[in-house]
Amino acid sequence: MRHLLTTQGLPRDEAIAILDVAEDMADVSEREVKKLPTLRGKTVINLFFEDSTRTRISFEAAAKRLSADVINFAAKGSSVSKGENLKDTAQTLAAMGADAVVVRHWASGAPKTLADSGWIDAGIVNAGDGTHEHPTQALLDAFTIRRRLHGSAARGKDLNGVSVTIVGDIVHSRVARSNVWLLTTLGANVTLVAPATLLPVNLSGWPVTVSYDLDHAIAQRPDVIMMLRVQGERMAAAFFPNAREYSKQWGLNDERLQALPASSMVMHPGPMNRGLEISAAAADSPQSTVLEQVANGVSVRMSVLYHLLSGAVER
Amino acid sequence: MSARTVLQHADITRALTRISHEILESNRGSSDLVILGIPTRGVTLARRISAIIHSVDSTVIPTGALDVTMYRDDLAQNPTRATAPTEIPSGGIDGKTVVLVDDVLYSGRTIRAALDAIGSLGRPRSVRLAVLVDRGHRELPIRADFVGKNLPSSADERINVRLEEIDGLDEVTIG
Amino acid sequence: MSIRIVNATLPSGERTDFTIERGVFTDSSSADRTIDAAGLQALPGLVDLHTHLREPGFEQSETVLSGTRAAAMGGFTAVFAMANTLPVQDTAGVVEQVQSLGDSHGFATVRPIGAVTERLAGEKLSEIGAMANSRARVRVFSDDGKCVHNALLMRRALEYVKTFDGVVAQHAQEPTLTLDAQMNEGAVSSELGLAGWPAVAEESIIARDVLLAEHVGARLHICHLSTAGSVDVIRWAKARGIAVTAEVTPHHLLLTEELVRGYDARFKVNPPLRRDEDVHALRAALADGTIDIVATDHAPHPPEAKECSWAEAAFGMVGLESALNVVQEAVVDTGQLTWADVARVLSQKPAQIGRLEGYDRPFALGSVANLVLVDPSARSTFNTDSLRGKSANSPYLGRDLPGRIMTTIHNGYETVRDGDVVDAAEVAQNAAVGVNND
Repeated sequence: MRHLLTTQGLPRDEAIAILDVAEDMADVSEREVKKLPTLRGKTVINLFFEDSTRTRISFEAAAKRLSADVINFAAKGSSVSKGENLKDTAQTLAAMGADAVVVRHWASGAPKTLADSGWIDAGIVNAGDGTHEHPTQALLDAFTIRRRLHGSAARGKDLNGVSVTIVGDIVHSRVARSNVWLLTTLGANVTLVAPATLLPVNLSGWPVTVSYDLDHAIAQRPDVIMMLRVQGERMAAAFFPNAREYSKQWGLNDERLQALPASSMVMHPGPMNRGLEISAAAADSPQSTVLEQVANGVSVRMSVLYHLLSGAVER
Repeated sequence: MSARTVLQHADITRALTRISHEILESNRGSSDLVILGIPTRGVTLARRISAIIHSVDSTVIPTGALDVTMYRDDLAQNPTRATAPTEIPSGGIDGKTVVLVDDVLYSGRTIRAALDAIGSLGRPRSVRLAVLVDRGHRELPIRADFVGKNLPSSADERINVRLEEIDGLDEVTIG
Repeated sequence: MSIRIVNATLPSGERTDFTIERGVFTDSSSADRTIDAAGLQALPGLVDLHTHLREPGFEQSETVLSGTRAAAMGGFTAVFAMANTLPVQDTAGVVEQVQSLGDSHGFATVRPIGAVTERLAGEKLSEIGAMANSRARVRVFSDDGKCVHNALLMRRALEYVKTFDGVVAQHAQEPTLTLDAQMNEGAVSSELGLAGWPAVAEESIIARDVLLAEHVGARLHICHLSTAGSVDVIRWAKARGIAVTAEVTPHHLLLTEELVRGYDARFKVNPPLRRDEDVHALRAALADGTIDIVATDHAPHPPEAKECSWAEAAFGMVGLESALNVVQEAVVDTGQLTWADVARVLSQKPAQIGRLEGYDRPFALGSVANLVLVDPSARSTFNTDSLRGKSANSPYLGRDLPGRIMTTIHNGYETVRDGDVVDAAEVAQNAAVGVNND
């Protein structure tokens, strides 16, 4: 694998190969010596144009457990301040001998621009770009679902027939986009639930079912319900009237948690707004996978870095 | 070029039986033994050796699998390799005599990787190596303690080990 | 210096010879120089109603000289220069300066467009009368790049510009519907996670403005129409007898939003590339006359404005050098427009809308000699060598396009000879002689 920019078009077998290696990486994480020599001598640069401590430390832990050298580069900048220019940054990292660059950017498509630019030869991992995609989040979500369903027999399996309902700010969610493509590639049935203002205007190319009604979606007894974080600034921009109304209509409150089958997983990419999109009881219930998702994130990112930085064929 | 069969089912069984006895002999019994197969076919061979020992002195030897993929030194020269599960028996390997089992011993690089992998899992008292076939061409100062068959080969020949549990029949071919 | 052109094919299809002396077509049969135009299509000099020359203020992107060299390379003999310079073309002084730069360089006639509102701020009318009555004789007024979105201000602009026989060229974009917009809103923007620029943001402004133009009895011109819905609105307005004209860019006739998928900022433009359905509706509307003209919206930008993430990149593409090739590819070779139609939509009609004299009787004896000779059978890969402006932000680099411009003649002298622009000093000298002849 040369880059990981999106889950759209990621072949099923390649996705499963990443998840399978992640299983073995998860085993390593349970050992006393949580380190492998695999990427010794490789340099991984975490290039963050947008703050995200959680994602950055997850990638940092993954790279370090594989013995890569890790450099964190916070190139802050917004469309207003302009900040660090993408081309200059890329050329700087190339000069430093980066083998892989993990990019978080506020602009959709920036990792793709970097990968196609010719400014840098390193493998690019998209660690979240604008409102586009967050492929490693989707991979760790798929990994988490598969592990909960199949335990130690998860290797080689897909998510055929698993029903996943994703709730919330779909239109601005890179997590939702990456999950829609990956989970459906793996055979899951995905339902999106949100007010019309928070759904993309045209979903004709999306292999999903759409609903405005969370109670109706819960009544379908989904295997997985994934709650997305609500951004405060959306209220100001009139996507919905206020937090109270949102929570009432589209929050996973205690009543809705009761209505869910006991076997349904409750997922959230974090950080959570407790009391807004998810109640404390739902977040802390045994059905919640929130902390597993964090732990699995490291294993999945180890697997992604391994797939990117080993192997001679594409490099 | 057609491949020539050098070991058949009975030969393989005989070789593994001999190796099992040699392991018990050199260890002076079955105490503190751990057998670890290197995926894929080494794991199958390890289980067979373990079963043979069990039939000889009715002890259950802790047996597992040791994946060495992430310790290899040739990851950049080949297509990305899939990993396989590592299964360490519950008693661990500290203070034990670990017998590594692989199907073919060639350059020695896989075994070098295996020794590194063992090093990050614990500190065995000693490590021994059992292989079904030793084809020569070592690139590292590594030798096997227990060898099913020494099979001199040229570097452009291919040695194929097929085992019933995986491939449906037992045979070793060269060609 | 006189030039005789033999074996040329006129837009009507007629094969003929003609002579150019002292800047005009004559019936003389001898000349200092003869151009054999066998196999070449003759067209009247092309007129671009929508060019950004960037001078004054943004000379790192383009200057009047570099922009008119690009124009000549593309077969243009006149360009209307948009008002978003710095200082803005909102006073008589600035428009006169731009016009005189064009006159002295001589690659093309430069007619400045005046800003509708001061500093393009959309608050207060600029000195439209002063610009109209200046030496630049401004007749086209536009805040292009920005929409005159305040309805009352637009009404006043239409009325006031009518007073001077001018036209308001509206950049139709409802600003509140296009906050941070990056590309056409639809299936592709939904996938790519880029903020959408919905078709309705263009169509609603056009609908409002044609009704305003009808109400006050003024001329209205719509810049760079980009959607099938806009075509419907214009068709309706014309059927009602409203004095509206409309333009389409070459890129909206050829390229679609699918190109955005690679996040290559060369394809970032305003209005954005739309769907395939829109492209086909625009071609049909150009063929049936609903859309009056093709205009380039030539928008040069320096490399750093495009070598960045999509959201950070500037909107716009250069288009002067490639316009005729793209029109041939999109609507001539597809059988929708004849060369006579091309002459209408790229020369006569834009001149008429902009009140530019000398383009009403092309190739007629006594008319000013503005013409272009193009080899429609040539086909080549468009690349940076094809460009003559300062900037290289063309969406066509690496693309195969038909047609090659061999000769451009502006006011009787060559600006393109044997397929390349003529030396600037020679052109300036010929331009000076032409002025003396007046």
